Amino acid sequence: MDPLFLAFERWLHILAGITWIGILYYFNFIQVPGLGKAKADGTAAGITKHIAPRALLWFRWAAVATWLTGASYLMAGHGTAEMSGIARAFMLQGSAAPIGVGAWLGTIMLFNVWVLIWPNQKKVLGMVEASDEAKARGARVALLASRTNTMLSIPMLFFMITGSPAHGGGIF
Amino acid sequence: MKNPLDSITGTIVSGVVITIILYVFVSGFLV
Repeated sequence: MDPLFLAFERWLHILAGITWIGILYYFNFIQVPGLGKAKADGTAAGITKHIAPRALLWFRWAAVATWLTGASYLMAGHGTAEMSGIARAFMLQGSAAPIGVGAWLGTIMLFNVWVLIWPNQKKVLGMVEASDEAKARGARVALLASRTNTMLSIPMLFFMITGSPAHGGGIF
Repeated sequence: MKNPLDSITGTIVSGVVITIILYVFVSGFLV
């Protein structure tokens, strides 16, 4: 595969990944603690009406873009004559195993975004009808899924960065 | 026992612990 094409794929993947994980860290380190204080002094509406929906829009689609560009990159590289790179990575085969661990963690995180975080945040933010009880339960599920993704982002980034000796810095 | 994901510190520490466990597993058994 042309090195320029692979570099282009990695560039797009990292751009999308920074957008996704940057907003994830914004939610966990800034918005959630800040929203607690804003609710206490009655200024939360600005965040829940104008900031959170926009952040969630970029967050969930950046997650999709990150996964697709990562999958495309694995299809283009890391393969052998017998098996494609993406199959080797997801089956944790040989030198593709470390990047495969990163790919599995990223895939679990994408699942959490679309199946746990986004549907529950729609209830919490009033974008769909929900009872107060459903909103409270949804807020808890969304928070734990978001915290799970923050936790998983730490090993995910470690294996993405150190996983391939071809990129320099490989340790496996 | 408290859920470590209820705090930012617990979340980060959990992530580092999982990183170490996965590193030992991958370097010892897969590569």
